[in-house]
Amino acid sequence: MTDRVPVLNMDEILNCMHCGFCLPTCPTYEQTGLETQSPRGRIALMKAVAEQKLPVDDEFASNMYACLGCRACETACPAGVKYGQLLEDARELVEDVKRGDRRRSFRRDLALKRLFMHPGRMRLAGNLLWAVQASGLQRLANRTGMVRILPKEMAEMQRAVDPVASPGQRKGRQAVIPARRSQPRVPRVGVFTGCVMDVLFHQTNEATARILAHAGCEVVFLEGTACCGALHAHAGEKASAIDLAKQNIEAFEEAGVDFMVNNAGGCGAALKEYAVWLNDHPRWSERAKRFVDATRDVSELLAELPDFEFTKRLDLRVTYQDSCHLAHGQGVRTQPRDLLRRIPGVTYVELPRADSCCGSAGIYNITNFEMSMDILDTKMNHVRGTMADVVVTSNPGCLLQMKQGIIRAGLEGKMRAMHIVDVIAMAL
Amino acid sequence: MEKVLGLTVTDEGVDDCMVDTNSSIRSRLCAIVGEDSVRDSANERHAYSYDATPIVTGAPDWIVFPQTTRQVSEVLRLANEERIPVIPRGSGTNLAGGTVAVAAGIVLNMTRFNRIVEIDESNLTVTVGPGVITADLHRAVEARGLFYPPDPGSMRISTIGGNVAQGAGGMRGLKYGVTKDYVLGLEYVLPTGEILRCGGKNYKDVAGYDLTRLLVGSEGTLAVITELTLKLLPLPESKRTMVVYCKRMVDAARIVERTIAAKIIPATMEFLDQSTMRVVDQFAHLGLPTDVAAMLLIEQDGVEQQVDRDIDRIAQIARKVGATDVQVANTPEDGARLMAARRSALAALSRLRPTTILEDATVPRSELATMVSEIERIAEKYQVQICTFGHAGDGNLHPTCMTDERDAEELERVDAAFAEIFEVALRLGGTITGEHGVGMAKAKFLPKRVGEDGIQLMMRLKQAFDPNGILNPGKIFVRVPDWQHVAE
Repeated sequence: MTDRVPVLNMDEILNCMHCGFCLPTCPTYEQTGLETQSPRGRIALMKAVAEQKLPVDDEFASNMYACLGCRACETACPAGVKYGQLLEDARELVEDVKRGDRRRSFRRDLALKRLFMHPGRMRLAGNLLWAVQASGLQRLANRTGMVRILPKEMAEMQRAVDPVASPGQRKGRQAVIPARRSQPRVPRVGVFTGCVMDVLFHQTNEATARILAHAGCEVVFLEGTACCGALHAHAGEKASAIDLAKQNIEAFEEAGVDFMVNNAGGCGAALKEYAVWLNDHPRWSERAKRFVDATRDVSELLAELPDFEFTKRLDLRVTYQDSCHLAHGQGVRTQPRDLLRRIPGVTYVELPRADSCCGSAGIYNITNFEMSMDILDTKMNHVRGTMADVVVTSNPGCLLQMKQGIIRAGLEGKMRAMHIVDVIAMAL
Repeated sequence: MEKVLGLTVTDEGVDDCMVDTNSSIRSRLCAIVGEDSVRDSANERHAYSYDATPIVTGAPDWIVFPQTTRQVSEVLRLANEERIPVIPRGSGTNLAGGTVAVAAGIVLNMTRFNRIVEIDESNLTVTVGPGVITADLHRAVEARGLFYPPDPGSMRISTIGGNVAQGAGGMRGLKYGVTKDYVLGLEYVLPTGEILRCGGKNYKDVAGYDLTRLLVGSEGTLAVITELTLKLLPLPESKRTMVVYCKRMVDAARIVERTIAAKIIPATMEFLDQSTMRVVDQFAHLGLPTDVAAMLLIEQDGVEQQVDRDIDRIAQIARKVGATDVQVANTPEDGARLMAARRSALAALSRLRPTTILEDATVPRSELATMVSEIERIAEKYQVQICTFGHAGDGNLHPTCMTDERDAEELERVDAAFAEIFEVALRLGGTITGEHGVGMAKAKFLPKRVGEDGIQLMMRLKQAFDPNGILNPGKIFVRVPDWQHVAE
C-alpha cells in the first residue's frame, strides 16, 4: 500500500478545515445524514488513508464511489478546496489497489473500457440502439415486459432514451457550416461532438452548429475527437483519460479553430481540466493550456458573441436545471438563464435549488441506482412546483435523468425535458 | 492506550478482552434504536472523530442516531450503567473541540430531531427539535413575518441544539443578544435516563432555579436536549448597510463608542483589521483601500425612517471622528456587496495556509482598539501570522492564525501567542471565549477566567446532573473530577 499512497495530494487535503459548510449542499449527505456521505467526511477518510490510519478497502472504495462528483461542495467551500481533483485521485488509488486484487466490476468495466474508449464501438452501440428503436422492438419490449430481462436500472434508463439518429443521418453531416451573419471578424468554431451526445443527441449537435452559424461563426465539426475522458477520470482511470485528452488536443490543433465549443457540462468541465491532467507532461502542458483557453460551453460562447435575433416565439413556461459541472465546475450559471429569458414568449421560472445535482452524475445512476433515484425524486418535488412546460438542461446525463424524473413523477405529457440548444433552435 | 487530559483513552482499536462486552453493547444499542441507526464501521468511526476544530480528534466506538426522546433516555441509561462516555452532537461545526470523542464511547447524533414542532404566533415562540438547522428555522419563521435573530457564522449547517449547547453568538449580538437570550424552555434527558422539562412559553417564570439558563452553553456535559422552545420577534421591515474606513483602529473603536453613546444601537457593527482587509482584497478583488487601518461594516434594521435617520447620524459621527471614507448603500444589492468583505474574511484567510485557527477572545467594547493592537504586538513577538476581524459592537474579536499543523515548532509558538492573547483579554476585563465555548480548546484557560472556586462549583453542578461523568468527558474541565468513573 505504501508506494501508492503518494497519489493523494496532502497539501490539498489539508486545505479542508472541516468547517462543514459543504454539508448542506451535498445531495448524498442530504439523503443519508451521514458524515461518511459528505465531502468533509470523504476528505477526512482520504486523509486517514494517506496517513495510513485506514486501509484502501471495500468500505473506503464504496464511500468514494457513493459520491456523485457534482462538486456543489466546491462552490460552498470557503477554503477553495479542489474536491473534484481529490476525488479523482482517491478513485485512482482505489483502482490501483483493486487492479492488484484483480476484482473488478464487470458492468463498469464494460461501459468504460469497451464503449467510451472507442468512438467506433460507441457508434456501434448507438446503431444497435437505433435498430432496436426503429424496428419497434422497444415498444414490444416495453409492452411485453421484456425490458425486465435487463437489470432494473438499465430498464428504467432505457425508457427515458429518445429515438437516436440513424447511422445514415450521422454520416451525412456537413463538415463546414459558413457563418450566417457577417461580423467584422468571423470566429471559426469547432464543435466538440462528444461520444454520448453524438449518439443519443445527434440532433442537438447539429442544432449547436446551426445556432453558432446563426450567431455569426464559421462552424466545423472536429474530426478525430474522442470521448473527453471525464467518465474515466471520475472512475479512477486517469491514464485512459489522459490518452483521450492527448487525442483531442491533436484534433483541436489540426482544425485550426478559435474556439472549441461543447454542449455537455460534464465534458466541458473535463476539457477545461486538461491543463491540470497534463501538468506533469512537459511536451503537452503548453498545448493543453491553449486547448483550455479555447474551450467554451455553448451558452458561454453565445454570451460572449454579439446578441443574435430570435425569429420565432415560444409561448412556454421554462425552468432550468443546472448541470453540476457547468455551474460548479465551470462557473457558468447566468449565461444559459439569460439566453432562455431572451427568447420571445418564454416565461422563465427559477427552479429552487437548481444547482443541486439531479443524481445522474455520469454513470452514477447505473452504479448507485437507488441513491440516484432518491436524489432524483427529491429534485422532482422542486421541479413539479415550478409548473414549467419545459425543464431545460445543459448536459446529456442530466437530460436523460430529467426525462426519467418526469416519468417517475407522473408528469409525462405535461412536462418535457430539453437541451438548451434544442430550445434555442426552436426559436430560430 | 494513552493518557489524554488525564483520561484513559482507547484509540482506534479495542482490546480483545473488550470485544465481547462491546458486541453485547452494540446489540443492546441496536435493540433501542434499530440496526440502521447504530454505525461503527472503521470509516464511520473515523468520520465522527473530528468537528470543525483544527487538530483535535478522537474516534467514538459507536455513532447512534436516536429519533425519539424515549430512545435518548434508554441509550443514556445503558451508557450510564456501563459507564460509557456519551457525546451529544449536531452537525459538528463547533470550534472548541466540543464534540470530539476524546474518551471514545457513543456519539449521540441528534440530527434526526429535525422537526419544527410549532410556530406560535400569539405567544411569539417556536418549538423545535435540536436537530433543526439554524438557517431552516430562519426561513420558516421569516415566512410568517417573524424573526429569530441569532445568526452564528455556521448557521447554514449548524443545528439549534448545537447553538444552544455551545451558547452560540453571531453578528447581531449587540442589538438583539445571542442564543441564550432566546431560549425559553427545554425538554432534556439526564444521563440517568430521567426526562425533564424546564421553562416553557412564559416570558416571566421565576419558579425555582433557572435551569434553562444553566443548560444553555453547558456543552453537552449536563444533559441531552431533546426539544427547545425559542423566543421570536417581529421581522424588521427594512435594513440598510454602510461601510466606514479609518486611518487608525482607535478611530474605528471611537466611532463604535460614540454611536452607542448617541443612543443608537445598530443591528451589526463588524470590523476587519488591515491585514484581514489585504487578504480579503487579494482574494475577492473588492477594491478595498490598502492604506487604512480598519474598516467598519454597519447595518441598521427597523422602521424605514428610523433606519435612515440612524444611518445618517452614524455617518455624521464617523466623519467627525475622522473616518477617511464613509459609503452608504442605497440598495440591498449595494449592501450585500459591502458585506461581502466581511463574509469572505474567513474564506480568504483560510486559503493562505493549510491550518486555520479561529479564536473568539472578547473584551468590553471600550477596550477594542487596545486589544487589536495587543494582538498585533503578540503576533510580532511570536512571529506568527494573525489577522483579526470580528464583532466591534460587542467586543467579540476573531484573531485568526494561519499555520500548518505539520509544523510542530510553529504550532508551539501559535499556542504561546494565543495563551498571551487570552491573558491580555482577561486583564482588560474580557473573556477567553465569547461565542465558541470552552470545549477542549479553552479548558486550560477556564480556571483563570472563573477562578478555582468557580471550577469547584461547576464540578459540583456537573456531579449533580451526571454522577458518573459519562456526558462529554474531557470538555470544559482539564482535571478529571475524582468522582468520574468513565473509561477506566
